[in-house]
Amino acid sequence: MKRAEHPFQFVTAAYLTRIGNQSAANLGELREALETCSDASVFYHTFQSLERHHFLRVGFSNDFAHWIIAALNRGELAEQMAALDLRSYVALADLRADLLRVTDDFCHAHPRELERPAFEPFYFCESLEVTIPGDLQAWTLEEFRAGLNLLNHASFHFHFLISRLRLQLRTNDFSEWFEKELGLPYLAQKTAHIDIYSNTLEDARARLNQLIEMEFAA
Amino acid sequence: MSEATTATRSAHLDDYIPIVGAPEIAGLRALASKLSGRSVQMVNSTAIGGGVAEILNRLVPLMQELTLQTRWDVITGGNDFFEVTKQFHNALHGEPYQARKEQFDLFLATNEANRQRMQFGSDFTVIHDPQPAPLIEARTGNQGYWIWRCHIDLSHPNQNVWAFLRPFIHRYDAALFSSPAFARKLPIPQYLFFPCIDPLSEKNADLDAAFVRSVVERFNIDPKRTILTQISRFDRLKDPAGVVRAYQIVKRYEDCQLVLAGGGAADDPEGGAVLAEIRQLAAGDSDIHILDLPPWSALEINALQRASTIIIQKSLREGFGLTVTEGLWKKKPVIASAVGGIPAQVIHKQTGMLVHSVEGTAYQIRFLLSNPALAQKLGEQGHEHVRENFLMTSNVRRWLTLFLHALEDNPKR
Repeated sequence: MKRAEHPFQFVTAAYLTRIGNQSAANLGELREALETCSDASVFYHTFQSLERHHFLRVGFSNDFAHWIIAALNRGELAEQMAALDLRSYVALADLRADLLRVTDDFCHAHPRELERPAFEPFYFCESLEVTIPGDLQAWTLEEFRAGLNLLNHASFHFHFLISRLRLQLRTNDFSEWFEKELGLPYLAQKTAHIDIYSNTLEDARARLNQLIEMEFAA
Repeated sequence: MSEATTATRSAHLDDYIPIVGAPEIAGLRALASKLSGRSVQMVNSTAIGGGVAEILNRLVPLMQELTLQTRWDVITGGNDFFEVTKQFHNALHGEPYQARKEQFDLFLATNEANRQRMQFGSDFTVIHDPQPAPLIEARTGNQGYWIWRCHIDLSHPNQNVWAFLRPFIHRYDAALFSSPAFARKLPIPQYLFFPCIDPLSEKNADLDAAFVRSVVERFNIDPKRTILTQISRFDRLKDPAGVVRAYQIVKRYEDCQLVLAGGGAADDPEGGAVLAEIRQLAAGDSDIHILDLPPWSALEINALQRASTIIIQKSLREGFGLTVTEGLWKKKPVIASAVGGIPAQVIHKQTGMLVHSVEGTAYQIRFLLSNPALAQKLGEQGHEHVRENFLMTSNVRRWLTLFLHALEDNPKR
């Protein structure tokens, strides 16, 4: 089994939720706040929301889509918001632009919806990330597998999804290391294709373990 | 009254591994490794009874096990002080109230006496709720990181009391609330901190099916028939009358029993009046079981929740609603009002059903009784939601993250 030149450094990640000072009582206010809220807020309600709700395999994508269906009962807009696949984004600015575009399209077609009061307000929050480089390093695929199974959910999510924002690439820390350090492009590609929307984080980890087993068998 | 409080050492971190998995506990140890030797002081107003004491009893030993030097202090005061703080508490929840100068003076004098008696100077000082809020006076300069943990709903506070407290709160480094809806406009950072349940406590630990059955039968409830349950104090804000009306609508179509179980009637005159009203409303229906339980009934409550077909929490106002958390943890389908902290727990059609009226409650009960597979799925997803976000281990993780963030923000501390 090939030994990497640089080890995979497992990180422990944790998130603190800061309550923002913006809220929305209707769609117009949501649109306005979406434009001005911090990147940390966009991150909290999308990328981080997916981790908090990873156990929901269907019907949950991000906080905006959920609020639009639960508090405004606008299925069409909620579907469009939910359809924004976070794996396509490497910058929060692009994600914010698309959230605004979808909202604007809907508001232009349904101007009366802007001021229709929601059942409950939407409260903007922010995610604050704390990371601790762990003692755990992997130089081989075998060591990687051992470390993978010691990662908690937030840390797995940090390496697997949030890494896109850090790397500015449509991939993840695991795939990057498989390809660049171990010369395993097929494993890297298969790993990047694991669907985090229809899998829980545990399912995703199990699938990655399975792919590693297949690599060993090959 | 006591000062330094010894929390009961009943559970160790490793005891939670079968529940949350070894990686979650390893994650806590990794976070704590950067805080080793740091000191934490928790201060509240009661050592026993109430949700805060219940949480601190478990939290403090776990933080100590993680090598944070954690102590828990309880402020002391006479009955007159605690009568005033109870009135302040209700006022901060929005009740009309006009405090007199002597009440403010008594509040300040009692806090000053505590400040002189207690020792401060920890790296992190956490003051729970309004009663000890003026202890911020004990801070010397910018020493340490002071946190105000507010466990109550401050969304519509009585302005008279809030205007008095607010200047103290402004001097903290951070304030923590159980829901974004409870936060106020403050010049300090505010963080979301959910309360939690302990899966190893008597109220939440797994129970033997035979024991559950024996408890239910002891209360003359038929375990073979549908059981709808609301666990809560006999308090109008929990709307027990609304629950009875919802049950009566359902009863026209479905065979079912209703259990309203709680306490607080013995030592609260209003609780006694509410209990009497509910008994009158239920008169003549032997399928309505109204149980006024003593405070030491954790096992019985656990058993009643586990025996239930559906858990209801039809509150008109709510803090966080830990009875909802308990129901979700037991994999029960939960139907609850969209108030207070409940929407954070009950994600509509995912981890339970949110309702806004008696009729809506009745409709959702009938809907879930007719769709047991969906009810089961809601219960399972609700259980996972609690495992991820509302257990004692998540609470420990939030505290560690907050402390680490505070140090990152100001490395000189």
